[in-house]
Amino acid sequence: MDKTINITLKVWRQAGPKAKGKFETYKLDNISTDASFLEMMDILNEKLISERKEPIAFDHDCREGICGMCSLYINGHPHGPDSEITTCQLHMRKFKDGQTITIEPWRSAGFPVIKDLMVDRTAYDKIMQAGGFVSVNTGGIPDGNAIPIPKDKADEAMDAAACIGCGACAAACKNGSAMLFVSAKVSQLALLPQGKIEAKRRAKAMLSKMDELGFGNCTNTTACEAECPKAISISHIARLNREFIKAKIAD
Amino acid sequence: MWLIDSSVGRKFIMGISGAFLVLFLLFHSIMNVVVIFSPEAYNAICAFLGANWYAVLGTLVLAAGVVVHMLYGVLLSIQNLRARGRERYAVTTRQEGVAWSSKNMLVLGIVILAFLVLHLIQFWAKMQLVELTGMGGHEAHELAANGAYWIQYYFSKPIYCIVYIVALVALWFHLTHGVWSAMQSMGLNNKTWLPRLKVIGNVVSTVVVLLFISIPVYYLIITIFGL
Repeated sequence: MDKTINITLKVWRQAGPKAKGKFETYKLDNISTDASFLEMMDILNEKLISERKEPIAFDHDCREGICGMCSLYINGHPHGPDSEITTCQLHMRKFKDGQTITIEPWRSAGFPVIKDLMVDRTAYDKIMQAGGFVSVNTGGIPDGNAIPIPKDKADEAMDAAACIGCGACAAACKNGSAMLFVSAKVSQLALLPQGKIEAKRRAKAMLSKMDELGFGNCTNTTACEAECPKAISISHIARLNREFIKAKIAD
Repeated sequence: MWLIDSSVGRKFIMGISGAFLVLFLLFHSIMNVVVIFSPEAYNAICAFLGANWYAVLGTLVLAAGVVVHMLYGVLLSIQNLRARGRERYAVTTRQEGVAWSSKNMLVLGIVILAFLVLHLIQFWAKMQLVELTGMGGHEAHELAANGAYWIQYYFSKPIYCIVYIVALVALWFHLTHGVWSAMQSMGLNNKTWLPRLKVIGNVVSTVVVLLFISIPVYYLIITIFGL
């Protein structure tokens, strides 16, 4: 059965990186509860365009929770009130009729606003470029299963690799720290024999890049873990701490 | 220097200084309970510590630990506030599984610091400081090693009992986050140990605070019921 709801939206509007932003209020009627949150945003934008107003800029791409492009801080939660999903996987059935929904961009010194709800997340790319890779010399294709990897290690590396780099961790963190992201990227490689060789160098390079880019210091509030759409565990942060401290003591 | 320049280094210092202070609190709380059972035995411990070289050395190391923990706490808080950016969220909600204390460690720390100043004026300045400087005349000297007298003196006033109880509750909140968080910051944690460390943290903070709080509560009951 097709149920519809009427909602009020409070959306952050900001013309550009330097412009002063403010909240605008929009009313939307007869939104199907089967619509996804981003479809609702599309409907709002269609409406704004038909009224010859500027549509709201927001990031999105795959719309199936894999690319890490969508963001949005909805009613006090990155990726909305539902857990373990991205904004594009959020549905309007999670909201009540007559509810006011506040939509804000990620707020962190490391993620400056570009326009409206869009933020610049190249800081995460820069952290990846600093060491989030395995150096491989070109040559023949290695044999499959030539390097045995214990199941538990493979599982944990895979859990860390689930990170899509959306930035919800830094957005949720009261300290503006990107530790969950950095630790997931360090862990996914440090756990595997191929990545272990460079583990020390990687931990140092990625962490100092994170500090350099103006992200804060982790104080273990676990807000990142609670809001992460991929439920990355803070145990990876402990691993990053361990790798980094060991690397520095070895120096 | 990586202990100042890097976020993990700063957190490492915060964790290790905190863990050291927890060990001290364990010793201090166990020592205190003795006064309920035997004031004489408690005074014997006071005399054993006093202004002997090992107690003075211990006090200096401890003071250094407190100063480092405090300075790093302030430094980290300022940096983290800056990293949050200029704009704040209009709507903030509580996340599931996020302890209230974990987001208010600075406030709790300031409460504990304010209490610490009072506590040092009330006890340390009357005991070890007197023995060290020789100030205060003959009478002060007589009482310098009589810890049980000072406890009796202050805790016979209900207001001080209540101040101590409130401060200890703040300490409990601070420790419930602090203990496991210190281990995490030092890298001594993983998926299996995370829930265990949280339980250990709760047990340690509860034991420490119960031992401490038993004394003002004991004296409060004595005062109220006129025992």
